[in-house]
Amino acid sequence: MNNKFVIETRDLTKAYGKFIAVDKLNLQIVEGEVFGFLGPNGAGKTTTILMLMGFCEPTSGIVRVNGYDPAREPIKVKKNVGYMPEKIGFYDDMTARENLEYTGRLNGLNSGELKSRIDSLLEVVGLKDKSDQLVSKFSHGMKQRLGIADVMIKEPKVAIFDEPTSGIDPEGTDQVLNLIQEMARQKVTVLISSHQLHQVQKICSRVGIFSQGKMVASGSVENLGRALLREGQFNIIIPIAQLTDKLKAAINALPSIIDITSRDNSTTVVCNENISDQLEEVVLKETGLRVKMKVEEFELEEIYMKYFKESQP
Amino acid sequence: MTGLLEVFRKEISDNFNSKRFIILFLLVYIAGIASIYIAAQNIRSSVDENTRYIFLNLFIVSGKDLPFSFPLFMSIFIPIIGIALGFDAVNSERTSGNLSRLLAQPIYRDDVIHGKFLAGLVVIAIMVISIVALVAGLGLRMIGVPPEAEEVLRVFAFIFVSILYGAFWLSLAILFSVLFKKTATSALTSIAIWIFFFLFMSLIAGLVANAIVPVNESSTFEDVVKFDTVYRMINRINPGTLYSESIQALLLPVMGSSSPTMMMIGIYSGLKPTPLPIAQSLLIVWPQLVGLLALTALCFIIGYVKFMREEIRST
Repeated sequence: MNNKFVIETRDLTKAYGKFIAVDKLNLQIVEGEVFGFLGPNGAGKTTTILMLMGFCEPTSGIVRVNGYDPAREPIKVKKNVGYMPEKIGFYDDMTARENLEYTGRLNGLNSGELKSRIDSLLEVVGLKDKSDQLVSKFSHGMKQRLGIADVMIKEPKVAIFDEPTSGIDPEGTDQVLNLIQEMARQKVTVLISSHQLHQVQKICSRVGIFSQGKMVASGSVENLGRALLREGQFNIIIPIAQLTDKLKAAINALPSIIDITSRDNSTTVVCNENISDQLEEVVLKETGLRVKMKVEEFELEEIYMKYFKESQP
Repeated sequence: MTGLLEVFRKEISDNFNSKRFIILFLLVYIAGIASIYIAAQNIRSSVDENTRYIFLNLFIVSGKDLPFSFPLFMSIFIPIIGIALGFDAVNSERTSGNLSRLLAQPIYRDDVIHGKFLAGLVVIAIMVISIVALVAGLGLRMIGVPPEAEEVLRVFAFIFVSILYGAFWLSLAILFSVLFKKTATSALTSIAIWIFFFLFMSLIAGLVANAIVPVNESSTFEDVVKFDTVYRMINRINPGTLYSESIQALLLPVMGSSSPTMMMIGIYSGLKPTPLPIAQSLLIVWPQLVGLLALTALCFIIGYVKFMREEIRST
């Protein structure tokens, strides 16, 4: 096994009787990445996470988290891995601070360190004024934010979030995502499972699409979109409605051009490579105008829908 | 080690702060004081100048109208305490969504279940010791007869056996809290088992023994003894029987022999039974103690193995 991967699985399989929840999964996540698990319910996202945490044993295959096997050396794994389960719960009869204190002490922190760390974390997640309230009074969104504080208290190298934004309002979702992004900025490797595509697209550097226990595609949203939706082609938009014939000919002379179509107020150039810089130069030379080219972006939802439409007969 | 200590610490403080604990404690104290009051009322009529171990009598004398003695009260309340402390140990953590979070911390799974068991055990020990101390103290004041050294030792042994009996019910309740997802189910199952042992076990033991060794008025002495032996053996499946047999042997040194043959010989020959020394009493209860310990260990191990192999899902 290679140590450069923070999370690595090889042919990881989990079967429940005849049902195969995770089927020969090969996953490699490097340090500092924000990786998103996407897929419908029951696609094997949570089961994969459980195996990463050592909460269930793989039927076959290899898992390594920070180089350790979670089933054999759970303590070494969990020392550096924070995990927020899908249905997170806290001790209702304890305050937010007491809950965090308990987690901190389980991680071997002493009272001195704990106090300052909890204070700053509660500040970060915006629960400072609620720190001495019983958790039973907390809303779902507040619990979710407390959950993030709970993950951060051990200062993990890897943080795993299972559906961190499910069931909370848009504002709460934003807060949670911002916090996760903040973690990623501090060089924490993040793994998120979700079926809320917009949110994942916003923060993930790479995603893996799960379907029936398999990871059917993985990569950055852009690469995935290009591969799946455009057959590897780029659509470059020139914000000029009508091209002169001369300009058209000049563009056509560029390499790897496939098609040029004009619409109401823009022109789309389809090509095999990203040639937006060259296009810019050509347009400047021919018309004297400096216009900004736009490479068409992909909505994860589009990719997702396309993928599942294709995979289901 | 940190994990075990921290879980233990939290569970202990949870136990002491919970309403459940306060209610149990009040109940146990009221019942304990009631039993010592009854004992003090009746102790004069039940002892004479030949009675040794007057102090021990304090623990076993019951009222004439109220058949309510301290051992009976203990054998009812200890299971309730054990069940109340253990029935939701694991499944409440699961339903509240805390279990995944807890086990995501760098602690072993063992720590969770061990910590909970130890915390429950310590609470049971505190309850038993304090109630016995209370009864002994009040009794001492009421009757004014100081205990002999041997009596003190017997009381200590009694405390130990009572804690062990509580440990059995605690481990049974924890086992059900691992097996069942709902706290109501685990609580009801534990209570059902307690009721079964408490009310029906001796009935069933009698029926079975009668089927194996039928006895009637014309039966021979050997048959009656045989019946009694079989009946007792079957009854010993019941941890409650093991407990009451051992406290009988410990607190009643005179009739402490649990062998029916010895008792029969005593009755038939008209020999006055003499009190046994404590070493002999301990020898008599040894199998019962081992039995209780084995049952406790069995329940705990089944629950432990199940918990260790379980998949921890948050839903």
